[in-house]
Amino acid sequence: MSTIHDIRSSHFKSDAREAIANVELRGALARAQEQSNSKRDRAIQRIADDWESMRDQASAIKTWTLENLGEQLELFERNAVKNGIQVHWAEDAENACRLVNEICADAEARSVIKSKSMVTEEIGLNHTLEAAGLEVVESDLGEWIVQIAGETPSHIVAPAIHHTRESIHRLFEETLGRKIPTDAESMTMVAREVLRQAFLRADVGITGVNYLVAETGSFLVLENEGNQRLTTSLPRVHIAVSGIEKIVPRLADLDLFLRMIGRSGTGQVVTTYQNLFCGPRRSPDEDGPRDMHMVLVDNGRTKLLASEKRRQTLQCIRCGACLNICPVYRQIGGHAYGSVYPGPIGSIFTPQVAGLHKASQLPFASSLCGACKDVCPVKIDIPGILLDLREEIAEHGEGQRDQETELKMKRESPAFRRWSSLMQSPRKYRMSGALVRTMALIASHTSLFDRFIPPLSAWRSTRSVPRPEGGSFRARWRRRTEANR
Amino acid sequence: MRVQLFVTCLVDQFRPSVGEATVEILERCGCTVEFDDRQTCCGQPAFNSGHHEEAKAVVARTIDLLAEWLDEGGDAIVCPSGSCSAMIAHSSELLADDPVRSEKARRVAERTWELTQFLIDEMKIDDLESSWKGTITLHDACHGLRDLGIRDQPRRLLAKVKGLEVKECASCDRCCGFGGTFSVNYPLISGAMADDKIEEIDASGVDAVVSGDVSCLMQLEGRLQATNSRVKALHLAQLLVERDAGS
Repeated sequence: MSTIHDIRSSHFKSDAREAIANVELRGALARAQEQSNSKRDRAIQRIADDWESMRDQASAIKTWTLENLGEQLELFERNAVKNGIQVHWAEDAENACRLVNEICADAEARSVIKSKSMVTEEIGLNHTLEAAGLEVVESDLGEWIVQIAGETPSHIVAPAIHHTRESIHRLFEETLGRKIPTDAESMTMVAREVLRQAFLRADVGITGVNYLVAETGSFLVLENEGNQRLTTSLPRVHIAVSGIEKIVPRLADLDLFLRMIGRSGTGQVVTTYQNLFCGPRRSPDEDGPRDMHMVLVDNGRTKLLASEKRRQTLQCIRCGACLNICPVYRQIGGHAYGSVYPGPIGSIFTPQVAGLHKASQLPFASSLCGACKDVCPVKIDIPGILLDLREEIAEHGEGQRDQETELKMKRESPAFRRWSSLMQSPRKYRMSGALVRTMALIASHTSLFDRFIPPLSAWRSTRSVPRPEGGSFRARWRRRTEANR
Repeated sequence: MRVQLFVTCLVDQFRPSVGEATVEILERCGCTVEFDDRQTCCGQPAFNSGHHEEAKAVVARTIDLLAEWLDEGGDAIVCPSGSCSAMIAHSSELLADDPVRSEKARRVAERTWELTQFLIDEMKIDDLESSWKGTITLHDACHGLRDLGIRDQPRRLLAKVKGLEVKECASCDRCCGFGGTFSVNYPLISGAMADDKIEEIDASGVDAVVSGDVSCLMQLEGRLQATNSRVKALHLAQLLVERDAGS
């Protein structure tokens, strides 16, 4: 069964409340957003005229590939096998973890080094490897911080975005049990020393994948720290784990995507390291892994193919631009979403993959402002899919909602049925309008009645109640028409 | 030009002066304004909350009403809200199961404009001979901005207002946090989103924040009042209608 590791999205409301109260977190998020957005804007301005047509092209390539997904994946497999890559198919998270564990066992591995990968977070790979007695070390600096803190990433590109330099310094000193200078460079050097030893110990290196290339059977993985090169060149086995949607048809397509992903995600013109893997060591190579494995993970993704609209979710290239622009994410950060995929993309990905009952609040955790759709490099209609999911949850979701959503629907569904009947009759509309105005007028003076009207008390918890001007427009219009007669 | 004012339920019930200002502006531009008092709501609250069946019945009725008026020789439907105009623009998709209605909705959408869009793009008028003494900042309402592409229109109209100074805030196009039922389902997040904007608005020293949507304005005003700010929240029409007013 498809699932997302450690999912706790049904606690969204209380987790978001906690996040809002964390002033340090909100400050860090606002600064990070400002910085990444201005870098993104500058990087895109340099190719301003082309950006929209690049988005169209990228979206078209992804759309076509998803329409031909089975065929493209088989093509990838055939070509990858020719390159000496051992290809494995995993139906769900459990299956994927078992496959990786078996490969590690066959290699008699004791220690695993990893570079940043969201899909391995999704399937909870570290957890199962550690349960099997393996040492697992994350080598991306942000991922390592999150790992030693015992946390999950709070952003798909910047996993430790919720931390400040001070909190990281505290964490390093506690973990390593010694005094460390507070400047960023010294702290990075300390991490480097620790990680270098882990690289040298590792028997297996595990990476994610950014692009599977069908026509060549090779795959590309991006990074900024050089840690992935060590992860894939020192250990004797390289295991890459990829969601099945990460495929593009041609090597030449990478030209487009590589110009877009860095600009969108981190405001870089290109990502620092672009590693294209074409198979394990072969003679006369003197280094590189002896075995290379590719684990292709479905974990609920094929379910999304049935609907043309929802299928767009799988176009995602995990750039993180939607998280960086999202005004909701800005206030609560990633952990409140209770899924390794937070923010706008997470709010459509998580409920579809993990199941509505696990994440039925997330599609409603948006003001539908649409900023995510505007920045998405592959033009995913995130607000449209949020609306689609809202409809499924509200109208066909009985028995598939978490407790919070169930309570909400119990209030909301009958209210909207009444609303609908009122709005279809001008007479009833007029009468209920007068009633609402009177109530609002009273409520603008006193909170005595709030407890009988939950939406009113919810509104007042952060805002004053708007005072109606008095009378309706239609009444004023009628008086005017009569006066003119 | 015969114009039907689609007043929206919020303006009708809470801010009728925005409706009156819209009428006056349109008349100043030479339009003959009509108002069909069988109008109720565009259907957006239910639609955005996922209750599409309940929304459809309301949308279908509104579309029928407006289409009928166009058939009788009406020229343009004008609405003092980007959000409700966008809902009308999306109606044909929502009514896709009913091809006749859906086609009607497409025709209605073609003849529907948000107020500033109508003045600038359709009437080609940017000078309403208005005057307003004071300093304001703009809030770009999300649906107007992103669904209808309304960004320059209000700015061009405001640039012609005598005595007015417009100070832009960097967060002008960031959501105010209203989001319909979102504002009462997640009041803390919604309030924090408003705060984020209000901090910058307050610091800019303006007299008022101006927007094209009453929903955003009630959100911002509610938070401004709750935090004892002296900044007022005004609809664009309320400002543009003035010929000699100040803060």
